[in-house]
Amino acid sequence: MEWVNTIVQGILLGGLYAMFATGLSLMFGIMRLVNIAHGDFIILASYLGLVVVTTLGFSPLASLLVVVPLMAVIGYLLQRYLLNKTLGHDILPPLLVTFGLSIILQNVLLELFSADSQKLKAGDIEVASITLSEQLSVGVLPLLVFLSGVAVIGALQFLFYKTELGRAFRATSDDQDTARLMGVSNSHIFGLAMALAMAVVAIAGVFLAIRTNFDPTVGPARLLYGFEAVIIGGLGSLWGTLAGGIILGVAQAIGAQINPGWQILAGHVVFLLILIFRPRGLFPRSVD
Amino acid sequence: MNMLKPSDSYSVVRNTTTSRGAAVVTALILIVLITVPFWAGRADLRMIVEFAYYLALAQMWNLLAGYAGLVSVGQQAFVGLGGYMLFVLAIYLNVPPVVAVFLSGVIVAVLAIPTAFTVFRLRGAYFAIGTWVVAEVYRLGFAQVSTLGGGSGQSLPATIVREIGAGRSEREMIIYFTALFIAVASVGIVYWLLRSKHGLALTAIRDSEPASDSLGVNIFKTKLAVYVLAAGITGVVGALIFLQKLRISPDAAFSVQDWTAAVIFIVVIGGIGTIEGPIIGTLIYFMLRGLLADYGSVYLIVLGVVAVVIMLKAPQGVWGLLSRKFDLHLFPVHRRLEIKSDLEVER
Amino acid sequence: MSKLKISNLTAGYGDFQALFGIDLAIGEGETVAIIGSNGAGKSTFLRSIAGLLPNQPEAVEFKGEAIGALHANKVVEKGIALVPEGRRLFPSLSVEENLMMGAYSKRSGPWNLQRIYELFPILHEKRRNPGTALSGGQQQMVAIGRALMSNPELLLCDEISLGLAPTTVKDIYDALPAIQEDGTTVLVVEQDINQALAVADRIYCFQEGRVSLEGRPGEVSKDEIKVAYFGM
Repeated sequence: MEWVNTIVQGILLGGLYAMFATGLSLMFGIMRLVNIAHGDFIILASYLGLVVVTTLGFSPLASLLVVVPLMAVIGYLLQRYLLNKTLGHDILPPLLVTFGLSIILQNVLLELFSADSQKLKAGDIEVASITLSEQLSVGVLPLLVFLSGVAVIGALQFLFYKTELGRAFRATSDDQDTARLMGVSNSHIFGLAMALAMAVVAIAGVFLAIRTNFDPTVGPARLLYGFEAVIIGGLGSLWGTLAGGIILGVAQAIGAQINPGWQILAGHVVFLLILIFRPRGLFPRSVD
Repeated sequence: MNMLKPSDSYSVVRNTTTSRGAAVVTALILIVLITVPFWAGRADLRMIVEFAYYLALAQMWNLLAGYAGLVSVGQQAFVGLGGYMLFVLAIYLNVPPVVAVFLSGVIVAVLAIPTAFTVFRLRGAYFAIGTWVVAEVYRLGFAQVSTLGGGSGQSLPATIVREIGAGRSEREMIIYFTALFIAVASVGIVYWLLRSKHGLALTAIRDSEPASDSLGVNIFKTKLAVYVLAAGITGVVGALIFLQKLRISPDAAFSVQDWTAAVIFIVVIGGIGTIEGPIIGTLIYFMLRGLLADYGSVYLIVLGVVAVVIMLKAPQGVWGLLSRKFDLHLFPVHRRLEIKSDLEVER
Repeated sequence: MSKLKISNLTAGYGDFQALFGIDLAIGEGETVAIIGSNGAGKSTFLRSIAGLLPNQPEAVEFKGEAIGALHANKVVEKGIALVPEGRRLFPSLSVEENLMMGAYSKRSGPWNLQRIYELFPILHEKRRNPGTALSGGQQQMVAIGRALMSNPELLLCDEISLGLAPTTVKDIYDALPAIQEDGTTVLVVEQDINQALAVADRIYCFQEGRVSLEGRPGEVSKDEIKVAYFGM
């Protein structure tokens, strides 16, 4: 029964990892951009949550109301006035600029907040749990995070397949020039895509801050988890990314159960194995 | 059509007057550097050693990214591996420390082969992050090996330290000359590589993969060879770094900030895709670090901002700007056609 | 005043110059055809008008307004739509979604999904299929319909007969009258000279980036066209 509990924890953790991955997936799918600073933006959102909680007195979950729109605006401006300039045929500029951003962000946060470990306290919800059976109970917070991850992906699927903006995103992702012939302003659409990605990052960052300790240096690890979830799941499918996140979460949970020091390593190893034997991921989109 | 016979009227030439001048200046600088341990202080020696190893790391990263199109954010894997292999060889296999430095490089190069086969499945930015994951696997893996000190690492035993050299100044001198040798060798190897036909293959790949593929350049083999070579030399540097530090731990060995961030900034600011670029970049890095020494991690912020601005406004870097403006090539790898006589060519 | 006036338009790709000072004018409601061999610059010309290639503002004058420097997304808002060479349907979108993308610029006018389906009934049947799962001719219909959805005043058609069987080409050109009777000005680039002569009020011939001939189909002889086409 220990193992069932472990696997359930892993699945719920996967919801958070799927949220890390969704932002990456979005950016790559629409703009072919990989943001090396992705994890650091998640931590930025965590710190923004901290600031909102300490200065405005909101509860951590309520801080989402401020952090999400704020991060979306930051994302739009970042893309429109900085990252759009790096897009083109060469892979170096976006990679190197976002890598630079990652280092800058980490050290700015370090200067502003010091290296102290922080955490957002959400009160009782952190320890509350729902008992499913005699041996199995799930934490309310992990469940909430997981369901949020599913809801985010569901909302994005709706956006992409049932709205005009989503159509514009898909068209631009297919063929930028022809999308322009339809009246789409690429720079604006890319800005919106990044705003959307940053909104998801904001949700993930606040939940992360409630769930666990964070400090300016933990961003890159989140980038890696998100990246692994995307690759495990397969490019091009948001539900595949959820599956990837879940697999990663379960791998880490099982690893931790065997030996606490093996948690993260187990995730990396599972990722590498899938990369070696199934380089396209487990649920890749057939059209590439 | 007139057929031009070589050596009659034209020749393919590489050296320029500036490059010949630069060669002389370089030789002089090297001679001065060789005499340094006999008159400079310990701090200066250490600084030159540090300059040497950043230069070597930068040349290798530049070889990968600027010439082979492989942008790795995981070279710290090989730095750390090199360091750990040094400790293993010196402590458990009784290899003399300086020999162990170079032997570590060989081991790292061998380990880089399966690594390459794994990460080459990814492309572009995903390849970059993949290399990072590999480095993390090494970091977390070594933290689990208690014989090597586990998470807190270990120091080089005093007996091994004394094997480097009897007294401290002798040890410092040996490390100094090893570092100097490695730095010069890394620049030399890159220079030699690019002047050879492998260099042509690399430049072709960099300019256009599909075109070079259709011309018969074996892209996979070339990239693999460059990756393994860079890994090996990075491993040698790593071994040297931790020989000097006398202590290793997973976080120090596989640190992104120390071994990758600084190196990437050096190459980007100096000028990617040139041999002179990393040299200039290392100079700028040390200058900035010296200037901003009192302000904590601010120098990294400044470095990052400068790198981002350069990537946006002047992607060819400082050296690229200078070389274009003054048509300078200190390490000539380009072949030029020099037409000797007056020739009337039918149009 | 002409609907579209091109003055000394030049265009190129990097070091390669494709157009050397084109002068051309189209009147309201006219249908004009441009013929010429491969590489003559016809596609480059349409892409320049559509805003995919940058130009001097005065090089392209539309309804009296200098639009040469506008980007493609602004040009379609002004009322010029391009049916691109090779159709360029969006592979991730269904037929209907492709058509709906055409309406992104929200211009008002007579064209909507229903009218497009009346013009090309087969598309209604295939509307849920991915755009790329259709035959060449049907894809061309989608591409034309998509351009019409933006309710253009000037429709640019780039080689719509390319790669299609003669009967299919005829089916597509049979739809032209419905487009023309709304008063839409049409500029077609055609490799099929007979088709061009059959539909156009006036024709131009391009040769190596320059206008080599201009006239009405009834007034130019086959020999004149041959000379202008091949540059002999």
